[in-house]
Amino acid sequence: MRLDPLTGRLMLALLALAALVLGMPALKPLFAALYPALDRPLYEAETFLTLTLDHMALVGASSLIAVAAGGLAGIAVTRPWGAEFRGLLEAVATMGQTFPPVAVLALAVPSIGFGPLPALIALSLYALLPVVRNTIAGLEGVSDAVRESARGLGMGPWETLFRVELPLAAPVILAGVRTAVIVNTGTAAIASTVGAKTLGLPIIVGLNGSNQAYVIQGALIVGALALVLDAGFERLAAWSVRWRTEG
Amino acid sequence: MIALERVTKRFGSWTAVDAVSMTVEEGEFLVLVGPSGSGKSTLLRMMNRLIAPDSGIIRVDGADIAGLPPEALRRRMGYVIQSVGLFPHWTVERNIATVPDLLGWPRARVRDRVTELLELLKLDPRRFRTAYPHQLSGGQQQRVGVARALAAEPRVLLMDEPFSALDPITRGALQGEMAAIHRGTGTTIVFVTHDMDEALALADRVAVMDHGRLVQCAPPLAILTDPASGMVRDLVGREEWGLKRLAVETVARRVRPEPAIPPIPGPPVSSATPLHRALSEMVARGADRLPVVDGEGRPAGVLHLADLVRDPSAPPPVSPPVSPPVSPPVSP
Repeated sequence: MRLDPLTGRLMLALLALAALVLGMPALKPLFAALYPALDRPLYEAETFLTLTLDHMALVGASSLIAVAAGGLAGIAVTRPWGAEFRGLLEAVATMGQTFPPVAVLALAVPSIGFGPLPALIALSLYALLPVVRNTIAGLEGVSDAVRESARGLGMGPWETLFRVELPLAAPVILAGVRTAVIVNTGTAAIASTVGAKTLGLPIIVGLNGSNQAYVIQGALIVGALALVLDAGFERLAAWSVRWRTEG
Repeated sequence: MIALERVTKRFGSWTAVDAVSMTVEEGEFLVLVGPSGSGKSTLLRMMNRLIAPDSGIIRVDGADIAGLPPEALRRRMGYVIQSVGLFPHWTVERNIATVPDLLGWPRARVRDRVTELLELLKLDPRRFRTAYPHQLSGGQQQRVGVARALAAEPRVLLMDEPFSALDPITRGALQGEMAAIHRGTGTTIVFVTHDMDEALALADRVAVMDHGRLVQCAPPLAILTDPASGMVRDLVGREEWGLKRLAVETVARRVRPEPAIPPIPGPPVSSATPLHRALSEMVARGADRLPVVDGEGRPAGVLHLADLVRDPSAPPPVSPPVSPPVSPPVSP
C-alpha cells in the first residue's frame, strides 16, 4: 500500500517525536561532550514522556475549550438572532489575543493560585480568537445561492447549519483550530512559570540555572510536537476538502 | 391550485408587489415576466414563504400557506434558482436526493428516483451520479438543479430565472426539456423570467408584471395580439413581431384538410410544428405550400403561405402593431 505524502509526513514527524521523547537519555553523552562544564547535562527530574503527555493534555484541554466556546459563539453570531453580539464577540476575542499570555498567567495566579488551572485559562483565552474569527469567516464564506437553495428546498435552520454550512465552512474553521493549537503548543511552555508541568519546565529550569542543555532538550521536543500537530492538521485539512479534488 | 388575493409586499418605502390577485391552475405552466424590479421574483418567493407578504392571502390547494409550516410547504414545492445553488460538497446523487432524504425516503427508492431523474434530464447516470458539481458545465449544473427540484415529485415547481445565466443554445435545450417535462408530468410550473421570448415559448399563460402590479395575465397569443398596455407591447418588442406571432401557434391551426394535388415535393412537416418554423421551411424550399402529416405520420393536408400571412379564421386585428421602418436598413 502506498502512503499519500501527507500521511507520510505525519508518520515521519511522529517517529521523530517518539525518538526524541524516548531516546533523549541516550543522548546524555552527547550533551556531556557539548557542555563539559555542566554537572548534569540531562534533565532527569521527570521523564520526558511525562512532560510531553502533560504538555499535550494542557494544549488539548485548552484547545477543546476554545473550540467549543469559540465555535458555538461564532455560530451564534452568524445566526439572525445573534448578529447583534458579533461586534462584542470579536472585540473580546481580539483582546484575548493581544493580551500577552504571561500577563494572563500573572493575573490568574493571585486569584486562582499556582498550577495547571491558570495556565488552562490563559491558553483557552489565547486560542479563542483564531477559532472565533475563522468560524465566522467560514460560515460567511458559504455562498448565498447555496443558502437560498437549502432554504428553498425545505431545510430548517439547523439542517442547513449541520448539513450544508458547517461542512462547507470546515476547511476555514479547521485552519483556525490549527493556528490555535500550534500557537498553544509553544505558549504552553511558558505555563511552567506558574507551576504547570509542561515541556517548558526543563526550559525554565535551564534558563534559571544557566543550563543550556536543558533548554535545548525541552525546545527540541516542543518543536517536534508542533511538527506532529501541524502534519496532523494538514492531513485533516485535505480530508475536509476531499470533494474539491475528487475526479 | 395557487390562489393569490391582493398580495402586497413592501421593502421600506418601496412597494415590490402591489395588491396582486391571480390564480395558477392545476397543471398550468405560468410564466411571470417583467423588467427587473417589477416584483416577479418577490411574488414567486412569497409562494413558498421565502418571503412573507405584508398583506393579502396566498392559498395552495385551498389552504392559507401562512398557517402551514414553511419547511413542509417548501418540501412539496420544487424550487430552482438562476445561480443553481448546488451543494458543492455533495455528489450529484446526494444533491438530487436532498428533499427525499429530508422526507426520510428509503434508500432504494431514493436511488431509483435519482436514476430516473438523471435520465429524464438527459444526464448519463453512470457518468454523473458520483460527480461533484464543480466537475459539471453550467448547463449540466442547472439540469441537476431541475432534477433536485423534481426529486420528491412536487405538484408545483417554482423556477426563478433558471436559464438566464446560460448560453442561448443550452438555454434553448433546457427550455425544450422543461416543456417536455411539463407535458410528461403535468406538474404545475410557475416560472419567472425577464425574457418575453422565453415566456411566449413556454407559457400556457403569461403574467406580465410592472412596478409591482399585474398588468396582464393571458395566453401568449393574446399577449401578442391584444396587449393590455403599451408597456406589454414594448416588452414583446416590435422587432420580428410577425415571427413571434407565428411562433405561438402550430401548423395544426392553419392546415387546410385537402389532398396534396398536384403532389408537393419534399418531406412533409408535422402538424405540431410551430408556424414560424413552417415559414422558414417554405423560404428554404422556395415553396408556397407544404405537405402536412399528423402525429402518427398520416397525411393531414396542406399548409398555404397565404394562411400564414393572415389567419383565415380570425378577423383582422383592430390595432395592428406598428412596425419599425423597413428602410433605411437598420444596422444589425
